[in-house]
Amino acid sequence: MQFESLTAAWNMAGHGPYVWFVFAAAALTVTALLVAPVLRSRRVIRLQRRRWQREQRLSGEGQHAPGT
Amino acid sequence: MNPVAGDHAFALLRRQCLLAVRRPIETANPLLFFALVSLLFPLGIGPEPWQLARFAPGIFWIIALLSTLLAAEGMFRDDQEDGTLEQLVLMPQPLFVSCLVYAAAHWLVTGLPLVLLAPLFALMLQLPVAAIPALLASLLLGTAVLSLIGSIGASITVGVKRGGILLSLLILPFYLPVLIFGSGAVQFAAGGHWPQDQLLVLAGMLSLAIALAPFACAAGIRLSVEAG
Amino acid sequence: MWSFFHKLGSPPWMYGISGRILSWLLPLTLLLLAWGAVWGLLYAPPDFRQGHSFRIIYVHVPASVVALAGYYVMAGAGAVSLIWKMKMADVAMKACAPIGAALTFLGLLSGAVWGKPTWGAWWVWDARTTSMLILLFLYLGVMALYAAWDDEALAAKACALLALVGTVNIPIIYKSVDWWYSLHQPASISLSGDSSVHSDMMQPLWLMIAAFYCLFVCSLLLTMRGEILRRESNTGWVRGLLMTGEGGRAV
Repeated sequence: MQFESLTAAWNMAGHGPYVWFVFAAAALTVTALLVAPVLRSRRVIRLQRRRWQREQRLSGEGQHAPGT
Repeated sequence: MNPVAGDHAFALLRRQCLLAVRRPIETANPLLFFALVSLLFPLGIGPEPWQLARFAPGIFWIIALLSTLLAAEGMFRDDQEDGTLEQLVLMPQPLFVSCLVYAAAHWLVTGLPLVLLAPLFALMLQLPVAAIPALLASLLLGTAVLSLIGSIGASITVGVKRGGILLSLLILPFYLPVLIFGSGAVQFAAGGHWPQDQLLVLAGMLSLAIALAPFACAAGIRLSVEAG
Repeated sequence: MWSFFHKLGSPPWMYGISGRILSWLLPLTLLLLAWGAVWGLLYAPPDFRQGHSFRIIYVHVPASVVALAGYYVMAGAGAVSLIWKMKMADVAMKACAPIGAALTFLGLLSGAVWGKPTWGAWWVWDARTTSMLILLFLYLGVMALYAAWDDEALAAKACALLALVGTVNIPIIYKSVDWWYSLHQPASISLSGDSSVHSDMMQPLWLMIAAFYCLFVCSLLLTMRGEILRRESNTGWVRGLLMTGEGGRAV
């Protein structure tokens, strides 16, 4: 470890804000790159399930309609 | 090139030039734009001759870039709408020859007049007289590259609604090397040397563009026609 | 060999294999990223001239390297899609653009923040920064072109063509920008300092570069899976996958 304490690691002799900002931005980008596609897939699945349910309901009604 | 393709190319070139001559105002639009924007710069950065002279090479090339871009948008537009492009695709003559002709016609109508008018604007923008031959040489080579690259962009975007802004976004990054070496040549010449290296690089870009751009452009036209 | 190539073009196969790859690659990526970040932030020795601000290199260089490589992955996928008309190549190409743009942006942002303590300015028009900015515009151009078309197959073809034109142009652009920079500013600032780069500094850097490559592949596969589901949503295999209740886990 290059630093004696956590405060020293945070300060980095005055360069801390720059370094930590960049690593925070990197963490944010990594999270976005991994989470955004998953959210998009979930949305596709949700929409598709809803469509199938609707189709099933409609086809069910279609079968009953002539009988009634 | 076989003689049939040669005849075809010549006929197509004649047609494009005739079309341009029949619509003089439309053809002159990029030139008017060029003139107008070169009026903007003295108003924007001040009329001091030394300042203008310093920025003139860059200003020149940026305006040349933008006016070529403006004209590139319409390169295939009308022919797409009236079905001429479809005919060209179906013709037995190779499509890349037609693409080369379109780019050549575009250059004859926008690039060449720009080169011819350049000395006038160069004097107005206080460019040293010694730099004018280099300016003409660099414009002559550079605008041809711009027309060829523009033909690729125009062919990809002609099938898209409101392709104008999109075309600039796609094509401007590819224009940058021409801008760098074109204005570099003029700056070098303003310093009192003949910019042989820069002009040779521009000539190299032109050779590469002549060799490759028509094929990319032909592929672009094929898919734009498919989108119809 | 060719049967493998044919399988690559099949959406269900791709969906299955990508899930299996992600099951180990995703944890590996996170591990490498965490390891590299902690190593780079806390354990790597400081640079003798720049002090601790040089630690930004562990984000800046990997992001930039992978962003540039991503363009070639995109162009390669585009070429495959143009030549063999492979649906999965279209999907891969479309997925590359936003990932590459995000990494390019991260590279630019970290470069700007690094510039402040090092050069005293947030933005310096040096050759590499300028080239990265151009790369960002190339990515955004591909995304804009894709969005402009209604027909997705044609959009993919147009983007593939643009990406291929870009691959021919990128070396020319980079060389031109280098030349332009050498003309206007003598290269008095050399960032890496050539000989001063200690191997203790390089090891975490290699680690982070590997981690960012893994990140690119993970994000690419995840994006492709969503896109495959969307495009194939009316086929039997997707229906079977999602209706058996395994859809949640399938992502």
